[in-house]
Amino acid sequence: MAVGMTSAAAPTCDITLQNLAQFPEGRRIWTCIQCGTCVGTCPYGDTMEYPPRRMIAMLRAGLIEQVFKSESLLNCVACYACMAKCPRDIALTDVLLPLMKEQALLHDIELPGELQRALQNTLRYGNPMGESSRKRAAWIKTVDVPVRIFSEDSRPADVLWIVECYPAYYPRGQDAARATARLMHALGIDFAVLGNEEKCIGECGRLTWEPGLYETLIDYNLAILARYRFERIVTGCPHAYNAMLLRYPHYGFRYRVQHTVELLCENLDRLKPLLRRKLDYAVTFHDSCCVGRRHGHYEEPRRLLGAIPGVKLVEMAHNRVNSLCCGGGGGGMWLDTYYKLKGYERLSERRVKEAVATGADVLVVACDYEVSRFEDALKVLGYDKRMVVRDITELLAEALET
Amino acid sequence: MNLLVLLRMVADVVEELEVAPDGKSLDRHLIRMIPSEWDEFALEQALLLKERYGGKVTVAALEAPEVDDALYTALARGADRAVKIAGLEPGTPTSVAAESLARLLADGHGLMPADLILAGTQAIDDLDGLLAPILAVRLELPYVGIVTRVTVEDGLAKVTREYPRGVRGDFEVRLPAILGVQSAEKPPRYVPLSKVRAVMKSQQIETLEAPAVETAAPVAIAELVKPVAAGQAEMLEGGPEEVARKIVALLSERGLL
Repeated sequence: MAVGMTSAAAPTCDITLQNLAQFPEGRRIWTCIQCGTCVGTCPYGDTMEYPPRRMIAMLRAGLIEQVFKSESLLNCVACYACMAKCPRDIALTDVLLPLMKEQALLHDIELPGELQRALQNTLRYGNPMGESSRKRAAWIKTVDVPVRIFSEDSRPADVLWIVECYPAYYPRGQDAARATARLMHALGIDFAVLGNEEKCIGECGRLTWEPGLYETLIDYNLAILARYRFERIVTGCPHAYNAMLLRYPHYGFRYRVQHTVELLCENLDRLKPLLRRKLDYAVTFHDSCCVGRRHGHYEEPRRLLGAIPGVKLVEMAHNRVNSLCCGGGGGGMWLDTYYKLKGYERLSERRVKEAVATGADVLVVACDYEVSRFEDALKVLGYDKRMVVRDITELLAEALET
Repeated sequence: MNLLVLLRMVADVVEELEVAPDGKSLDRHLIRMIPSEWDEFALEQALLLKERYGGKVTVAALEAPEVDDALYTALARGADRAVKIAGLEPGTPTSVAAESLARLLADGHGLMPADLILAGTQAIDDLDGLLAPILAVRLELPYVGIVTRVTVEDGLAKVTREYPRGVRGDFEVRLPAILGVQSAEKPPRYVPLSKVRAVMKSQQIETLEAPAVETAAPVAIAELVKPVAAGQAEMLEGGPEEVARKIVALLSERGLL
């Protein structure tokens, strides 16, 4: 269960497929009862030649090499559904699947071009879309509140805000960046950003395909973080959040990390009186895999939505631990064309069908991948007149305006 | 089969480009360098040929910022030997670089004899694709450019060359030969960074000195300027529907519908 997952320790980074038995997380894999719950709960389980259950069976039979050659791993979107439901509490998404992806890549599995480019761009420019690293802070000029960049003013701050790639570069993602800046400003939070010095944190699900790239980014990010003084790190990116909570600590990272919804919820008493504008929206909320299912923050976003005058929340059939992944994790963000070629349903389309069925006008998200994913899905399905996608910070900032 | 790939670093156009104070070159402090896209295809094609026929792939690159990363990546992808050619300033005109390379190759240095020399058919700073043909003339080797396919049989390379309007020509070229590669059979392969890092620890890049050449470039850059907006674009105002109506009206008014 997700609550149990919240307390689960970060998996060690020394574990490999060869030395699994030396670690408790590894030994647990041997306790698999082959029940197949993982396959049933996996959004792409029906497309995999080797879903987690069979992967473990092959591992125990000494036939794991065969699995590396299969394309099954490309269909894992690192959504934590299997891990949340595993009755033996096996760390599938945290340990086994990343190790398998790593090995598949080292065994020369052919990565679809889209994902290759995202990895190469992340190495070269610090963002998967291949935008200039020197333009990362350009969005700041478009916001009407002050945003301090550490390299220009290095006085200690309470919050270091890791903006991350989509809010920094993607035009619709920048709406969430501007909204977050306005909210922190309105709350009087002393915050600063890294500006052009910021690079992708290295989303754990995606980059454990690529430990070399992942470690290169960690080295860089730890060196930059060490230059400045701050009390805590806040990010709106669930993937960066997950990586900083689970992976970074093994490399000497000791900072306190919060997702934006945690920071805002913690300040709800002060935020609520500022939310004066009534928004007559029926909304439904999509729980992200990393902040929701992996770390159990289901109630904070709902409390925030409840604080906006006029907003009515309708739940989707799959919510909280049962939330359906948008399909963007584990590299899925850069595999849409591949999935389409294979004839799979795009998970973002599956999700918006359910969102539209609630009758809500607004699909609210708290993940920077999802605005683009769900907006595309709504357009593809012809629902874009019936429903809009908004980041939770956008709605809160809208309610600030009088 | 001995395969020699010529790799060159070019300005990365993702980053802003600025003209240097001399008004004739790019500001080298601002630009970042990246391997030329066509050269990456040349390397991929060489690796595919090695996989098919056996042999050795040597990658040679003119010294430039970030060239070491490109060479280590080439080794990690499967090249056997990486050579950096020092002594030519970045921005050296293609004709001068080709002249110097030709002399270097004529002296052997373990780079020659090669059965096939593969280079990108063009580069963003050599759109005429002069490097490989000049080398071919100086080394008295046959040359085919804009190549999209290569197979080798009995000392002959069968190559496909692209022409405009989708026309293709099949050629037989005796080896050794020089090819200007337009694209490989497959996109350049991805190599995990952990492999690149391992190669950095286990393999070396050799350095060779480029022979000095006295010949001046027959064509010199007089002036380099950024594009100036001409202000001839007509901006249509209004909502999507209104703008769409205006476009339709404009097109039919000008006889395009």
